Amino acid sequence: MAVLTVTAHARKTRPARRRTVNIPAGILSAIWLAIVAVPIYFVVITGFRTPDAYTENGPLDLPTSATLENYTSLWGLGFATYLTNSLLVTAGTVALVLAVALPAAYAIVRNPNRLLRLSFGVFLLGLAIPAQAVIVPIYLIITRLQMYDSLAAIVLPSAAFSLPIAIVVLTSTLRDIPGELYEAMTMDGATTRRVFTRLVLPLSRPGLVSVGIFVGLGAWNGFLFPLVLTQSDSQRVLPLGLWNFQSQYGTNVPGLMAAVVLSALPVLALYLFGRRHLLSGLAAGFGK
Amino acid sequence: MKARTERPGLGWAAPAVLFFAAFGILPVIGVVYLSFTQWNGLGDPQWIGTANWAAMGSDADLFNGIGKTVTLTVVSWLLQTPLALLIGVWAAGPQRNRAVLSTLFFLPLLLSTAAISVTFVALLDPNFGLAASWGDGNFLGSPERALYVIAFVIAWQFVPFHTLLYQSATRQIPRSFFEASAIDGATGLKQFFHITLPQLRNTIIASSVLMLVGSLTYFEMILLMTNGGPGTATRVLPLHMYAKGFVGFDMGYASALAVLLVAAGAALSIVVVRSTGYHRMSSDREGA
Repeated sequence: MAVLTVTAHARKTRPARRRTVNIPAGILSAIWLAIVAVPIYFVVITGFRTPDAYTENGPLDLPTSATLENYTSLWGLGFATYLTNSLLVTAGTVALVLAVALPAAYAIVRNPNRLLRLSFGVFLLGLAIPAQAVIVPIYLIITRLQMYDSLAAIVLPSAAFSLPIAIVVLTSTLRDIPGELYEAMTMDGATTRRVFTRLVLPLSRPGLVSVGIFVGLGAWNGFLFPLVLTQSDSQRVLPLGLWNFQSQYGTNVPGLMAAVVLSALPVLALYLFGRRHLLSGLAAGFGK
Repeated sequence: MKARTERPGLGWAAPAVLFFAAFGILPVIGVVYLSFTQWNGLGDPQWIGTANWAAMGSDADLFNGIGKTVTLTVVSWLLQTPLALLIGVWAAGPQRNRAVLSTLFFLPLLLSTAAISVTFVALLDPNFGLAASWGDGNFLGSPERALYVIAFVIAWQFVPFHTLLYQSATRQIPRSFFEASAIDGATGLKQFFHITLPQLRNTIIASSVLMLVGSLTYFEMILLMTNGGPGTATRVLPLHMYAKGFVGFDMGYASALAVLLVAAGAALSIVVVRSTGYHRMSSDREGA
């Protein structure tokens, strides 16, 4: 019944939505589309070209003979290590954030304690702290903890700076769970732990997915913390690997573009198979 | 007697709070403290009072950096806001091919800053890049143009995100608004200026704050593309801070610059929010 009403409504209002304002905005969108498409085309196509063909036939030429050599040679240049490191950093950061943020959000939503309100306020303020501004003290803390040049050194600050948004999104997800559900479970004798695993955990799944994607993208693409907190080749993550590749083999543009594609592949897979989740994750904490 | 409802104790929030205190709050306090010390990255920071702050007066690069930062912030805002707003409104519309085009629009979101930077460095290479066939081909190497080129690439990276915000906000405008105005004979531009734009007010403010504060502290792309050059043409304040701290190993002075950045970011967001009356407008959907 509800579905029927919605379709009827949509059909009825369609003519009204045909706004002529779409013409100038449409032209602008088309121009911007070209501006977006050319570099993307360049990245994808160049990755399959040979370095000789690139320098001879120019940057936008179609590949006369496609080659996978750029991709296979990345392995010899340490990209397997960079890929593994990036995966580990991303997984570690997401796991750490979700593991501490969900219980905290649960306590903040269900317990009116003053200390908890205060800490929620601190997390809100934390949203406004730019990571760039505190890299010197972060560097000091990490070196004092004897963690400099390790993957954990990247995970800890990356997770900490993702916590505020995670807490904000998860508390708003949990606030949508009706209080009666908690009360009903308690009536049946459920402990706090049981309420958490049986009620909070399953019902907060959409929030967890959004937060996981948002935090994961940030960790996967992160450049600043790896730059400042690691130095050796064995601890290098993909973004730093790209930079390193550029400074060492700057003239091998096809190889570099293959590396760019490789660094975006996991995110692209996510985009293709879970576009809705990805976009909701990107706008996490911003759903107004 | 059993409690009326379960109450997760403080322990549930403790891991998140302690973790954030160590890697989020402590660094903020630390950066203020370090701004009164001399520290080369090794050994212990030495208290030197206000010497770092006094040294700012004779730092020509600082004043150059402030100028570049203000230019970059203003140009970025002027470039990104109209683009994101118009494309976002357009992408929220009912066009038939919109879904496919939107998919393309959001592709830059999948790439890391490092990937985008190395791609554009290759595209803008004056000998082998696309730039070679465009005028004298000198973009990143030109002191007059480099900062604007950077602003363009920043827009390329971030317009999709802001478009996403505007798209979802536009979709939330009640259809009845457009229907009612259509009955009254308002079409096209009139609808855009009298309904869409006022309804997006909060999104414009929020997106602007993110943009302004973001470009104030952003430097990764500049580090990767020009490293502040040619000369000091793109040496923005956060890059100056990074270079002082992690290239020149004057961590105390870098911390003073960082405090300056945090203060400027906070002041800017307060000014934007106050001057637009955002805090008074808890709901702009009244009467919807």
